[in-house]
Amino acid sequence: MALQQTPFYSLCVALGGRMTAFAGWQMAVQFGGISLEHEAVRTRAGLFDISHMGKFELHGKGAIAALNQLVPSNLARLQPGQAQYTVLLNPQGGIIDDLIVYRSPDYSAGQRLMMIVNAATTDQDKAWLLDHIDPEAATLVDEFRDRALLSVQGPQAANLLAPLSTVDLSHIPAFGHGESRILGAPAFLARTGYTGEDGFEIMTDAATGLALWDALMQAGVTPCGLGARDTLRLEAAMPLYGQDIDDQTTPLESGLGWLVHLEKKGDFIGRSVLEQQKQSGMQRRLVGLTMTDRAIARHGYPVIYQDQVVGTVTSGTLSPTLKIPIALAYVPTPLARIGQFLEVDIRGQRRSAQVIKRPFYKRSRP
Amino acid sequence: MAFEYPENLKYLDSHEYARVDEEEADLVIVGITAFAIDQLGDIVFLELPEVGEAVEKGESFGAIESVKAVEKLNSPVTGEVLERNDVLLDAPEYITNDPYGDGWLIKVKAKNLEEDLEDAMSHEEYKLKVGG
Repeated sequence: MALQQTPFYSLCVALGGRMTAFAGWQMAVQFGGISLEHEAVRTRAGLFDISHMGKFELHGKGAIAALNQLVPSNLARLQPGQAQYTVLLNPQGGIIDDLIVYRSPDYSAGQRLMMIVNAATTDQDKAWLLDHIDPEAATLVDEFRDRALLSVQGPQAANLLAPLSTVDLSHIPAFGHGESRILGAPAFLARTGYTGEDGFEIMTDAATGLALWDALMQAGVTPCGLGARDTLRLEAAMPLYGQDIDDQTTPLESGLGWLVHLEKKGDFIGRSVLEQQKQSGMQRRLVGLTMTDRAIARHGYPVIYQDQVVGTVTSGTLSPTLKIPIALAYVPTPLARIGQFLEVDIRGQRRSAQVIKRPFYKRSRP
Repeated sequence: MAFEYPENLKYLDSHEYARVDEEEADLVIVGITAFAIDQLGDIVFLELPEVGEAVEKGESFGAIESVKAVEKLNSPVTGEVLERNDVLLDAPEYITNDPYGDGWLIKVKAKNLEEDLEDAMSHEEYKLKVGG
């Protein structure tokens, strides 16, 4: 299949972006360099093209109730203008995808939910939703694929975006969203992101997206690629689908217990498995690691304890902000305590590692 | 982007270069090319063998890591490590400044120098391969 291009493809190439195939799309890995882009987001503001991500709406009188059957979070409490990070679960409690659900103001035919999902899983998510949502209750609307989706992230993101938006951004709290006009055109604006910083995700038509990109760059925002997106999310210990979480891992195992609301909602797909895990405890857990030896643990490296392979590293890098090696790894629950010493097999050599608190990086809030 | 590939070096598919020392017999200085460094991005970590260790042609003698990836380093020759670049081990990011000079990785006393380098690429062949 030919690789798809977002509205920003030519622009990214012209900016010297190093392009790569990602989930069927041609995307920029980096522009000026991962460390430089990473630092820009932590200290000022960075701009990401995330138009490759899947975007659906669910319309209808029973939209919330229908989607609530497919996720472990309680969507019934979601008010218009609010968003919830959650996961679609299979009957085994495994994660089909992680996504953000944004509830928009109701319209005449009922409720309206925007869903932003991973690029690689867009088609299978759509199939799952169509299979499991009664068309009487809600309709899946898949007409946003060509939209521009930009993410501007960093401590200065709000200040730099504010002059371009008709809506006062200070009225949008974290995980809030709303409709605005950006450079004269209608836009969906959400205070969400995947970097651990304050920031906004903006969906609009392609032409307005391009104009917004230019305006933000003129305002001094640094263009960033998928490389920095990965190191930023990893410092914030946000899981990457297909790497840290997948259809074999449950949200309880993968540190996403905070989005499982068993007491507050009724049945949903996967519930019985989560209940059982909660009762009898998990076999394994996703933990944060740092290397106490000079080495970087990476995806797929075995975790060792007392000469036995006990787990696997799912993500790892040298933290650009903290300058220490960081990693996420699944280990048996008894070894998941903060401070626990373990080893990681790094290309045939055992290196010492220690379980540390997640997230590795947390921004200081003003 | 166009990079420099010095004429007097031999190049491997896996982007290492071999510089045959002009003075000391069978001495080969091994490094990696500017192209490879650029592809990797910000270099954060190097793993090199100890002095005295044996290396083998086509086999891994260490690793170079950037923020995003790790790549094995393959030796262009069989022999013994005479020296390694300890300065670079402490500050791997410096490799970017001068990959063919101060950014060398190891110096090897080669056993079969000419035979080992027979099938290595010239700078022109390598340049064609990396398209630049």
